[in-house]
This record gives sequence, C-alpha cells and structure tokens, in this order.
Amino acid sequence: MSSLDHQPLANQPPTKQPHKTQSPTSHQGLHAFLAGLSGVDQVGAEARAAALGTRSIKKESKMWAIDTAISMVDLTTLEGADTPGKVSAMCSKALHPDPTDPTTPSVAAVCVYGDLVPAAREVVGDRIHVAAVATAFPSGRASLDVKLLDTKDAVAAGADEIDMVIDRGAFLTGNFGKVFEEIVAIKEACGDAHLKVILETGELKTLDNVRKASWLAMKAGADFIKTSTGKVAPAATLPVTLVMLEAVRDYYAQTNTRIGVKAAGGIKTSKDAIKYLVLVNETVGDAWLTPDLFRFGASTLLNDLLQQRQKMLTGHYSGPDYVTID
Amino acid sequence: MTFQYAPAPESTAIVNINSSNDLFINGEFTPGHGAPFKTINPATEEVLAEIAQANEEDVNAAVMAARKAYDKSWSKMSGRDRGKYLFRIARLIQERSRELAVLETLDNGKPIRESRDVDVPIAAAHFFYHAGWADKLEFAGYGDNPRPLGVVAQVIPWNFPLLMLAWKIAPALATGNTVVLKPAETTSLTALLFAEICQQADLPPGVVNIITGAGETGRMLVEHPDVNKVAFTGSTAVGQAIQRQIAGTQKRLTLELGGKPANIVFDDAPIDQAVEGIVNGIYFNQGHVCCAGSRLLLQESIAEQTIDSLKRRLQTLRLGDPLDKNTDIGAINSREQLNRIIDLTKSGEEEGAQRWSPDCVIPEKGFWFAPTVFTNVTQAHRIAREEIFGPVLSVLTFRTPDEAIEKANNTPYGLSAGIWTEKGSRILAMANKVRAGVVWANTFNRFDPASPFGGYKESGFGREGGVQGLGAYLTSEETS
Repeated sequence: MSSLDHQPLANQPPTKQPHKTQSPTSHQGLHAFLAGLSGVDQVGAEARAAALGTRSIKKESKMWAIDTAISMVDLTTLEGADTPGKVSAMCSKALHPDPTDPTTPSVAAVCVYGDLVPAAREVVGDRIHVAAVATAFPSGRASLDVKLLDTKDAVAAGADEIDMVIDRGAFLTGNFGKVFEEIVAIKEACGDAHLKVILETGELKTLDNVRKASWLAMKAGADFIKTSTGKVAPAATLPVTLVMLEAVRDYYAQTNTRIGVKAAGGIKTSKDAIKYLVLVNETVGDAWLTPDLFRFGASTLLNDLLQQRQKMLTGHYSGPDYVTID
Repeated sequence: MTFQYAPAPESTAIVNINSSNDLFINGEFTPGHGAPFKTINPATEEVLAEIAQANEEDVNAAVMAARKAYDKSWSKMSGRDRGKYLFRIARLIQERSRELAVLETLDNGKPIRESRDVDVPIAAAHFFYHAGWADKLEFAGYGDNPRPLGVVAQVIPWNFPLLMLAWKIAPALATGNTVVLKPAETTSLTALLFAEICQQADLPPGVVNIITGAGETGRMLVEHPDVNKVAFTGSTAVGQAIQRQIAGTQKRLTLELGGKPANIVFDDAPIDQAVEGIVNGIYFNQGHVCCAGSRLLLQESIAEQTIDSLKRRLQTLRLGDPLDKNTDIGAINSREQLNRIIDLTKSGEEEGAQRWSPDCVIPEKGFWFAPTVFTNVTQAHRIAREEIFGPVLSVLTFRTPDEAIEKANNTPYGLSAGIWTEKGSRILAMANKVRAGVVWANTFNRFDPASPFGGYKESGFGREGGVQGLGAYLTSEETS
C-alpha cells in the first residue's frame, strides 16, 4: 500500500458523488421510532454505572481482564503534528506492546487520520486493523460529498475500519433524517471496511439523546457505535457507555445482530478499563467481551495496562521507564 | 473464557469479637444477670460470640443510669455541647467504618458492599445531621423552648442493626433525652461496638445504655415505669403489643412497623432504570427491609417486556459469601426468618402464582434464599398481602392510574411506594393519592437523614429523620 493510491481531494468534483436519499415518509417513521424509545433517568443510570464500578476484580480475573483490555485497544494518535515516523513508531508498539514479554497480546487496531493510513499499513500489514477517522473529523462540519470523499480516500489508502462522526448539529435540530442518510451513505462508501459511528456524546449532553443517537446509528448500518472523538470533554463516561450498551443489547434482542461499542477518550488507567469490562459483562454479557465487539479508543491507557500486567506477573511495579513510549 | 470474578473477600482481621459480651450500663460494660445466649454468623452458622441477657435487675439499672444522666448532666447541657458529642460520635463511626461494616456483615449476613456503602455511611450521616440540630432546636418549629422528654426506651430490629440504632439514638441525644436501647437478639454486636465508641467519645456515663436480650428484655424495658417515651421498629404484631402494654400511661410512643409497599411502573417509565429500581427495591438487603418494594405493579402494556428485562437482570445477581465485595445477595438473617419465607412462598405456589428464580448455587451451610419472582399474582394471594421480609417479589398488573392507586392502597400497611414515569405531573398526582409515608419517584430505597421516614395505618406512626423526626423527642411542656 503506498500513498500513491491516495487521491487528492481536489481532483474529484464533490458534486459528482452519488448518494442515496430516504423518502420523507421513512423519516417520519424514524422520528416516531426514536420518540417512542423509553427514556433514560440520568440519576438512575449514573447510580447503576457507579455501582458496577465497585466490583472488585482480583488475581486471575484481573490478569484476564488486563489481557482482554490490551487486545481491545485502538491505539490512537490524532494530532495535527502526526507524521509517518510517529505513526510507524506507534504501529510497532501496537504489534508488540511489551517487547520484553512476547506473551503480551497485540492491540486490536491503530487509529490515525486518513492521510497516515499508508504509513500505518506499511508497518502492521494485515496483522491488526487500521482504523481511519473520516467525515471531516472531529467536527463533521463539511458537506456530505466531502465526507464521502474523505471516507473513500481512507479506504483506498488501506483503512479497514472507518471512524465517522455524526452531524451533531443536524441531530440537535431534530433533523434525524439527515444524520441517518449520511450514515447510510458513508456505510456504502466504506465497502468492506467496518464502520464505527462516533456519536460525540459530550455534545449530545443528555442520556436520552445518547440512546436515540445509538439507535439511529444502528438502524443506519453502523457496525460499531463509538462514544467520542476524544476532542470534546467529557469523552467516554461509564453512564454514557452503559446507555449505549443497553441500546446494543436491545437491538440484538430485536434483530439478532450484534453491534460493537467503542469507548473512546478519557480512559487512562487499568482500573477504569476494568470497570468498562464489568459494565459490558453485566449489561450485554460476555459475548461482547471480544475485540470484535468492544474497543477502547486510547493512547495512554495501553502503558498503564502494561505496567499493571508486569506488576501482576512479577509482583512489583516497574515504572514508566520500563514501558515504551509510543 | 468468560469473565469470572475471582473471590474478593474483605478481611475480618480488623474486627476483634469478644467471646462473651456484657451489657453497657452507665458508661461501663457490666455483666448481665439473665442466661447468656449465642449469636451466629447466618452465612456459616458458626457461633460468633456469647451475648449477655438483661434481666429485670439489669433493666432497672439501665433505666436508673439513664435517669441519673438525664437529671444530672444531659438535659442541663447546652445544645452546643451536646452537638459536640454527636459530631465526635459521627466522626468515630467514620473512622471505624470498616470495622463496623465487617462486623455488621458477619452478624447480620448482609453483603459487605451494602454494609460498607449504605448502612455505615448513613449511620454516620444521621449523627452528623442531628449534631447540627442540637443547638438550633428552638428554630425547629416546636415552640421557642422545646424540652426533651426524659428517658427513652428504644427497641430495634435485626435488618439494619447499626443504622436503626443511629436513627433512634441520634435524634434522642440531639434533643437532650437519654437512652436505653435494646438491639435485636440476633444482631447485638455492632450495638456493643457502638457502646465502645460512646466510651471513646467520652459521652457522659448513662446517656446511652445498651442492654442485650430477647423479647422479654424488650418487654421489661418498654414497661418500665420510669421510661418517658418508647420508640420501636419491628413487626406490626409486636408494635401492637407494645401499644397495649403502655396504654393508660403517659409514655409517648412512635412505631415503625411492617409494610407491603407497591412499586408502580407506568408504560412511560425509564424502563432500564425502573428494572434497577425493582431490583434495589426488593433484593436489597435480601428483602429484609420494611419499606421493600415487595409488590410490583406493572402497567399491562409493558408487563411482559419488563418481566423479561427483570429476569435477565436477576441472572446477573451474585449470591454467596457476604464478605465478598462482589456479592449482591447475602444470607437470610436467621433460620426462623428463612422458614417464614419458605412458608409464604409455598403458599404463593399453592394459590396459583407462578414462581421463578435465576440459576444460582446455594451454599450448603447457612441460611439462604434465592431471589424469587412471582408472576400472575392477584390481590387475593397471601404473597400480595402479607409481609414476607425476604427476597421475594410479587408482580401484579394494572391498566389505568386509578387502578394502580386502588391496588397500591388496598393493603393494611402504608409505609412506602415507588412511582416510575417520565411524566412529572403524574408523579405529583400519584404521590398525593398513595397512602404511604414515603413516596419515591423514579428511585427506591433511598434514605437521607434530612428526609422523614415513617408509615400510615398498620405501618405505624411517628416520623424518623428530618425536622419532623425531632418532634418525636420533644415537648413544649415543662418536664420534670
């Protein structure tokens, strides 16, 4: 995969991009469906998430949880200062998170901006997934044509997972049809690549909105629903993830299709990661405790997981100089 | 591999249980003169300790000590100084919280998660809250010179041993009364540890006296002629007996008795949180909660879906070692209580209700009862009328808000109720019509010292907590 596959945007007139539109009646149906969803009581949801956060995970279950969490990490760099060199280094780390211990699992994927997909693919080959953020990430403020090009560009460059953002402006004005259509169109543009739909829950604010947006994304064809870009605070939280997991659980009950969930941003410690695994385990069940259905979008989390892993195996803490920087 | 949680037991090294325990009278531990009895760990049936039994002589000594402390020091002390003692006790409860939690779990069988996160912190909160009132009583709405009543006899149950002690002792002391308290026979240990805390706080001798024993000790205490007020929490039958015993005396009385509360879920409820509320309502503390949401009233349009969600949720409950930090359902407090639960659930099946429990392994030793749901229950069933005081939920349905109210109120009890709906106007309308002392909206079993708690009808009278609760321990008349 080389960067020559990657077509400069300017060469493609945006207006020529075809995309499907939905009839107004189906939007009415969508509005009615979303309005009919059961509400979320915020106090209750927060209490439930906090109660699950008190589970005490020790010994062999902790070791299992740490290895599982490592295997679920989308190791991420999304900076303006990213370079092929930086991405290559991160990719090496993704493949062999702890060079001193080959039993350490690889992470699930690396997550980069679309233009750096070739640099990532060159290092990881097909050993782990390469995810690209697309659709005018992180704001999503661009025309659908630009977003489609952004997506196709990343797929053409070798991304097999696309992390798109929804149009929060459209969602908040109640234009659910527009959000839906965009997801449908991006999904089509993804081809075989898996589509993760970022709800940016920090901008949706209410848990009722989180539940609506989750259903909207799943109905539009998301393979994964993802909390956040990591660029807006708060990013992933336990209550938000709980509500998304409940949506995924109910969607499975209705359609027999399992949708994944990605908690991204703000998860920095092993302790936090284990809380998320408990949340998954007790909300949707252990069928979701696989990198195919649950991911952590994170950068600093991995090193804490590695230090905890070393501590579990050796009985003492090593310190930051004994895990590699990305 | 599936995600199995490894055992995570809380260490018991922090508690030091005396093999035999004395009464706490006049600031000192003194031997009882009745036949001592044993207290066991209901999760293992192992004997934890021997407990003194107070006989008439001991009851007299305790009441006399309380009277002396009332006359000599406590009623004369400024509210500000009484408040200092209460603050000190509250802080000591916090400092010794892990010890109290472990001891409570050992003696009662409740999960450490609950004793650690609910019982002990709320007990401390009650002392903090009432400490704040001690020097502000003239502004509480009971006249400009509210007076204490004198010596208060308090008898408490085994379901929240330390917490019920706090609900009783904190307001009594804040208002200037002195106390003789009898904990339940099966759960005396945290009350005795509390006695140690009173010593540690330098509380004047006799202000708090703790006498252990069975029902007979309680009867002698309640009937003692030098007692000015009786506060009782426990069964309706015993509450009625107490009311008969003290009839014709000048003793004041508050009773907090049984309940068969309705937890009402409307079709516009936040269902996931309602399911949590149902679970918390009836399976919290093994259902040993007088205000437990033991009758679930579901609107028919969402009944099936909600029962399915509830069953799925109950599969994740973890029953077992109460000391394990991941345990949700602990042990039933006594064989006697277990037998009562078994008897009532049997009647539920015989009367035609449908019984369901999640798969769970019941430990061989100890007293255990799997969380149980009865569907197809009608108002005519015993399990819809009688208090089971165990992890057993009776599910009924309704069609309209009026029918929900009728069913909710069709009980001799009136302690609490839950209302689940996203419609605020409906919450207010329902809360006005439900005959229950406590109404929770979109939550259940939440307790706060600032919020009064108590019942209607056969659930008793008088309120505990809040500014209303102070009234049970104050009078505007001049007292002797």
